[in-house]
Amino acid sequence: MRNLWAIYRKEMGHYFVSPVAYILIGVFLALSAVFFILFLQSAIQQQQQAAFEGMQMGMMQGFDVPSMVVRGIFGVLSTFALFFTPLLTMGVYAEERKRGTMELLMTSPISDLQIVLGKYLASLSLWIIMWLPTVFGLIYMFVHSEPTPPWKMLLASYTGVLLLGGAFLALGTFISSLTENQLIAAVVTFTAFLALWIVDAGANADGGFGTVRQYLSVIHRYDDFVRGVLDTSALIYYLSFIAFFVFLTVRSVDSMRWRRA
Amino acid sequence: MIEVQNLSKSYGDFKAVDDLSFTVKKGEILGFLGPNGAGKTTTMRILTGYLPATSGTARVAGFDVFDDSMEMRRHIGYLPEAPPVYLDMTVHSYLDFVARIKGVPSEKRKSAVDESMEKTNITDRRDQIIKRLSRGYKQRVGLSQALVHDPDVIILDEPTIGLDPKQIIEVRHLIKGLAGTHTIILSTHILPEVSMTCDRVVIINKGKIAAEGSPESLTSQLDGGQKIHIETRAPEAGLRTTLGQVQGITKIEIEPTASNQNLSVTLETARGADVRNEVASRIVQSGWQLFELRGVSLSLEDIFLELTTDDAQHAEKPAA
Repeated sequence: MRNLWAIYRKEMGHYFVSPVAYILIGVFLALSAVFFILFLQSAIQQQQQAAFEGMQMGMMQGFDVPSMVVRGIFGVLSTFALFFTPLLTMGVYAEERKRGTMELLMTSPISDLQIVLGKYLASLSLWIIMWLPTVFGLIYMFVHSEPTPPWKMLLASYTGVLLLGGAFLALGTFISSLTENQLIAAVVTFTAFLALWIVDAGANADGGFGTVRQYLSVIHRYDDFVRGVLDTSALIYYLSFIAFFVFLTVRSVDSMRWRRA
Repeated sequence: MIEVQNLSKSYGDFKAVDDLSFTVKKGEILGFLGPNGAGKTTTMRILTGYLPATSGTARVAGFDVFDDSMEMRRHIGYLPEAPPVYLDMTVHSYLDFVARIKGVPSEKRKSAVDESMEKTNITDRRDQIIKRLSRGYKQRVGLSQALVHDPDVIILDEPTIGLDPKQIIEVRHLIKGLAGTHTIILSTHILPEVSMTCDRVVIINKGKIAAEGSPESLTSQLDGGQKIHIETRAPEAGLRTTLGQVQGITKIEIEPTASNQNLSVTLETARGADVRNEVASRIVQSGWQLFELRGVSLSLEDIFLELTTDDAQHAEKPAA
């Protein structure tokens, strides 16, 4: 545990001494703010229009602005995750291998699993920090909107964000452990994410194989969370996805001892 | 403290380390000498638990490097060829990190870090970012990292590479100072380094041990006899026949000296044959003038070349 903490501390230090973390967090903050306003405006407009039409028809229609905003914003921001997480993970192992510091870690009395988990949890923490500012927008809605945003849906959405990010970061760190080149790591990671993202495109028209593709899709299940559904099968999907790639990363780190020629 | 038995490491068909056996006693400094690609780094990586051996065993500080790897790693400090530093950390935070992962208890960590900085003389750079340090300072930070947990065994891969002459001397002093309480293996291809710092030398070539012993014993044991240098004034042909009659001389090289009409002669003799007296008396008896006669013992450099050059090449080695 102490070793894991030492690795974790070091990784967090790396994120925050380089400009990477600040730029990512800053850009993400700006994007989430812009989209929050856009979604809020469009939802209010729609509601007003619906109210107007409702008055003409002589009946009032309930219109849930907060739910619309929450759904919209979590949908869009998760797409940005596709672009951001490769940047978080590309250097995690690539840089250590290039600089020879992997040799220091691997000749120290710490296990490969401690190295891998320490690094993984650090990237996950940065992911969480990136999302923290979105809370302010939601607090704003809690204070000012009627009805208040559905907190169950929010909870489900944030769980979804955590799991989606966790899955991407696990895959990304694994890919980073395969190469000494950060750029290759980033490009391959991005391609892999994209493949997992679109694997269920048109799946409904595809019969049995389409179902399989839907099962593989990382985003298909995320959509459930954003709709406020906490599905255990999705939970298990993400957790096993994460465990699988953390396991592969441990194997990959271990194999560095064998393949270096 | 270190026992290596029949250690081999192959990469496919290539044998990087081939049936290596040696031991290092507690407190000793062992020099690992060999040309580039001889298998020094591979051997050290096996001893530090970084690489698994293909066959054979190695025990460091009483622990098998493979079976008890974790326990063994607590007892070693290791400086790879390139100092394993994180460029964006400060010297102090880097050493603190290393102390943590080496398992230094938290209450001792501060003093351990301070001490290791003191020993390597980098205390004045403690808050500098490693990226901004010179090559020599980075190397010292690397060395400091290998010492921070006060390990029983210290393994140094080319510790003086990239340092200026003054720093080289400092590092050698430091290494010598560590001996006794620590057991040290250092690799190098710089020969004077070995004679200056090491108690014992293992010369390794193509993954095999080519020679082993103290620097002095290697010099005397391996110097297939001696070289004798003579300066004399004599007719060349006559001198050659006269010296040819002396038992034990294996090679005669005669050259005119640059400055005067004297001849400069280099004799190589068989092992154990001391021909100095006989050579002197024959020259004097022939009525020639003898200006100088001295034995030249082979330097480690000669031995090294002799051992690590291919035989064919060696036979052709010119009478330079």
